[in-house]
Amino acid sequence: MLRTKLLPNERSFLSKIHCDGPLLLGLLVLMAVGLLTIYSAGGQDIQLIQRQLVRLGVAMGVMLVIAQVPINTYQKLSIYFYIVGIGMLVAVLLVGVSSKGAQRWLDLGVVRFQPSEIMKLAVPMMVAWYISRFNLPPKLKHIAVGFILVVMPTLLIAKQPDLGTSLLIASSGIFALFLAGMSWGLISFIAIAASAFTPIMWIFLMKEYQKQRVLTFLNPESDPLGSGYHIIQSKIAIGSGGLQGKGWLQGTQSQLEFLPERHTDFIFAVFSEEFGLWGVIGLLAIYAFIVFRGMLISIRAQDAFSKILGGSITLTFFVYVFVNMGMVSGILPVVGVPLPLVSYGGTSMVTLLGGFGMLMAIATQKRIMSRE
Amino acid sequence: MPSPRIVIKDHTAESNLFARRAVIGLLVVCVMIAMVITNLYYLQVERFEDYQTRSNGNRIKVLPVAPNRGLIYDRNGVLLAENRPVFSLQVIPEETQNLEETLSKLQTLMNIDDEDIEDFQRDRKRIRRFKPVTLLNRLNQEQVAIFSANQHQFPGVAIEARLGRYYPFKGALTHVIGYVAKIDKKDLQKLTEAGFEANYAATYDIGKRGIEKYHEEILHGKVGYQEVEVNNQGRIIRTLNFSPPEPGQDIVLNIDVELQLEAERLFAGERGTVVAMDPNDGGILALYSSPSYDPNLFVHGISSKNYKKLLTSSRPLFNRATQGQYPPASTVKPHLALVGLEQGVITPQSRLFDNGKYRLKNVSRIWRDHNPWGHGWVDVTKSIEVSCDIFFYDMAFKLGIDRMSDGMYEFGFGDYTGIDLHEEADGFMPSRGAVRARFNRAWYHGDTINLGIGQSYWTATPVQLGQSIVTLLNKGRRIIPQILRGQKEGERTVLEPVKERPPIQIQDEYNWDVVLDAMYGVVNREHGTGRKAFVGAPYTAAGKTGTAQLVTIAQDEEYDASKLSKENHDNAMYVGYAPYDKPQITVTVVFENAGGGGSNAAPIARKIMDNYLKNQHFPEHQVIEALPPKGTLPSSVTESP
Repeated sequence: MLRTKLLPNERSFLSKIHCDGPLLLGLLVLMAVGLLTIYSAGGQDIQLIQRQLVRLGVAMGVMLVIAQVPINTYQKLSIYFYIVGIGMLVAVLLVGVSSKGAQRWLDLGVVRFQPSEIMKLAVPMMVAWYISRFNLPPKLKHIAVGFILVVMPTLLIAKQPDLGTSLLIASSGIFALFLAGMSWGLISFIAIAASAFTPIMWIFLMKEYQKQRVLTFLNPESDPLGSGYHIIQSKIAIGSGGLQGKGWLQGTQSQLEFLPERHTDFIFAVFSEEFGLWGVIGLLAIYAFIVFRGMLISIRAQDAFSKILGGSITLTFFVYVFVNMGMVSGILPVVGVPLPLVSYGGTSMVTLLGGFGMLMAIATQKRIMSRE
Repeated sequence: MPSPRIVIKDHTAESNLFARRAVIGLLVVCVMIAMVITNLYYLQVERFEDYQTRSNGNRIKVLPVAPNRGLIYDRNGVLLAENRPVFSLQVIPEETQNLEETLSKLQTLMNIDDEDIEDFQRDRKRIRRFKPVTLLNRLNQEQVAIFSANQHQFPGVAIEARLGRYYPFKGALTHVIGYVAKIDKKDLQKLTEAGFEANYAATYDIGKRGIEKYHEEILHGKVGYQEVEVNNQGRIIRTLNFSPPEPGQDIVLNIDVELQLEAERLFAGERGTVVAMDPNDGGILALYSSPSYDPNLFVHGISSKNYKKLLTSSRPLFNRATQGQYPPASTVKPHLALVGLEQGVITPQSRLFDNGKYRLKNVSRIWRDHNPWGHGWVDVTKSIEVSCDIFFYDMAFKLGIDRMSDGMYEFGFGDYTGIDLHEEADGFMPSRGAVRARFNRAWYHGDTINLGIGQSYWTATPVQLGQSIVTLLNKGRRIIPQILRGQKEGERTVLEPVKERPPIQIQDEYNWDVVLDAMYGVVNREHGTGRKAFVGAPYTAAGKTGTAQLVTIAQDEEYDASKLSKENHDNAMYVGYAPYDKPQITVTVVFENAGGGGSNAAPIARKIMDNYLKNQHFPEHQVIEALPPKGTLPSSVTESP
């Protein structure tokens, strides 16, 4: 590949550490926006910022480490990764630690660990590995196997219950299949099957609190002081921000604590209130930039595994953004999905940046076993 | 990794396929971004105003601020009702660490009754957790000091100060000023009906009696508003806007507190009442009803123990001056004489021989004079001076009930005076119709005769009597008695206009002179029934005594106080004014069950007049022995041009 060396030193440094410059820039800008918003949402608590900085540092470290590993190593490890992940999910259901009505954690003595986070990467890796072994577009039976690979962890996670994560994992697998070239006829069939599956999910899989969330989402004003409160207050925060926003640290909904989960899941409402529609468009532009860059890296990748994995990671990242913004602004039900790299919180950030680490690996490494 | 199958891949085709799918993926991403933006455009631009309003509704609360109640002064600028800080102990249950523990600690520290704790527990259930609940009302200075020193131990407990009414003269003015007390359900309902509830949103007390009640609107003022920013707990973060309340008007009463205190001293331990008026403007100079009570007891809620003490047979809660309905007895002889003269039933020269008894032809009943031997030859003047009953029996019989009651209605008997107090009775002026309506009984000649000395069903309130004397000495000018003198504007007092009814039509002004001269005689001439009380007074007074009989004395019996229980003893009464030539004060006295008016009621009137006129000097005066005949007086010259 021919590249014009405009900034020779920087480029050489970044490529030495296997970093994609534009992607890194996008991520850093996003993190900066996140820190500013957390500072405002958390009542100007500097300790909160320090803790978030530590997490970001650790996650960035993980990203860099992952970026150093050759991509075909991941290809080889996919299946083991996946099997270990499934094993841990089963273990969670059997011996997992419960908290807030959900059994999501494994106690490893030293740390509490959430196996569903591993699956966020293991599932697209596994599907990409499996499907890229054959000629693309995949045959029906391969697609069928691919689906089984996706549905197994999805159901295990939904059982915990963790609807948000299971949705994200399901979509990451489905994106992989879609990008691999699954036929349109099948896609339509699955869409129809999925809508048929909804009532089954409602009756057999969803817990009472999840159903309540969906019901509240459909009509938040029915329970303005109970479960509808979050959505109503969030919409008031967003709506009252207007075009210009109330200004940084000036959002009354957040500063006076009318808004719940201000620095975590509902941070987008704080951002919208303080920076207005222009701010939101700016934020979306950063996300779009990252997504486009990720897709570009995937298109440029040299083999099918890398392409499918990179594309899946990128699109799943966007699903995070869309689901979070959708739930905070009241067009999707409240499922605990953070706004990626902006919300305060640790575990999901490590996985997210781990995914970007793989994208960077894809972008910067020549394959050791080139098939060209 | 060894694979059993060798897959031959078409990399270009695969890359193209992936690229197409990737572009489709990106297009979907773009569509979703557009969806998010559209939704946010809808929320932040289309419905911006709606959400802005709701956001402000969340954070901005408008708190009403109570206006300070107007102060009340007497005519000389003495403060009669003031606002003092009242401290109460408030608890916000939500903010206490352990409510039960806090309460028991407070109970030992502040010496709180179990009763107060029970009341608190009851109130607490009706108020939201983060709102303050009163634990202890009216803390004294010591309690405030004790709590302040220990406040750090009691999170969620605080002393709240507000202004409460205080009446420094206690019982001396209760029946004039009344009192304020906590707004109750009934008050709230009335305020709501009148559309005033918003104005009372922050107000604690409302006028319950007296001037406080009657002039509530002037005294209350206008509510203010404090716009505050609150957080999701309802806690105030800061004040955004403050529009101060408009304090109530300070008012000045016609009352002279010196006279009130004098009356309180004079009636100590007795039942009775005194009403003093300024005959020039109808201003109530004094209005005292005995026994009285301390209005401060009611301001913060009276205890049932204290309230029971007020429910005695001497009825301290009852305003004798405006609600007491007494037979006016001889005090109304001047008014009756005037009607007789104006109606031509008698002339100033008409004479009659009084031998102590009055009879109608063919009627066996005898009407007796209070003097068993009679007063000999009497004309109207002497009849008033010595309070001869026989003359008035005869005149009443000749006048008849209809002319008599019509004449007395004109003096305001049987109707509310319109004084600025809600606690007023209208008395009863008999007429054929009124007696039938009230007592279901026909009117007899005998009733007419008794009416001539202010008895037989006739009742009047002391303030009615006072008003009638003002009308009499003003020769028909009917001024409505008024306690409110004016409203304070800075140092100045803007006087209330004098309120009047259309005057009484005068037939012959000389008739009025005759009657007023007779009242002069009561006090100044040798045989006058009020003379003794006014001996040595520096001013010239005029008046009329009365002794109201409360039980019917049988035909052949004499009134003997020793045979009657105290409650059946005669009421001593006096109406009068001073100075005679240029009146400044009229006084009405009713001294319940005290006996004769001249010896028991007139001295009280004298003391009140002495007090009111004490700083003035009056020229020596010679007693005028008789009114010059008609036509020689300057005032009657104008009558026939």
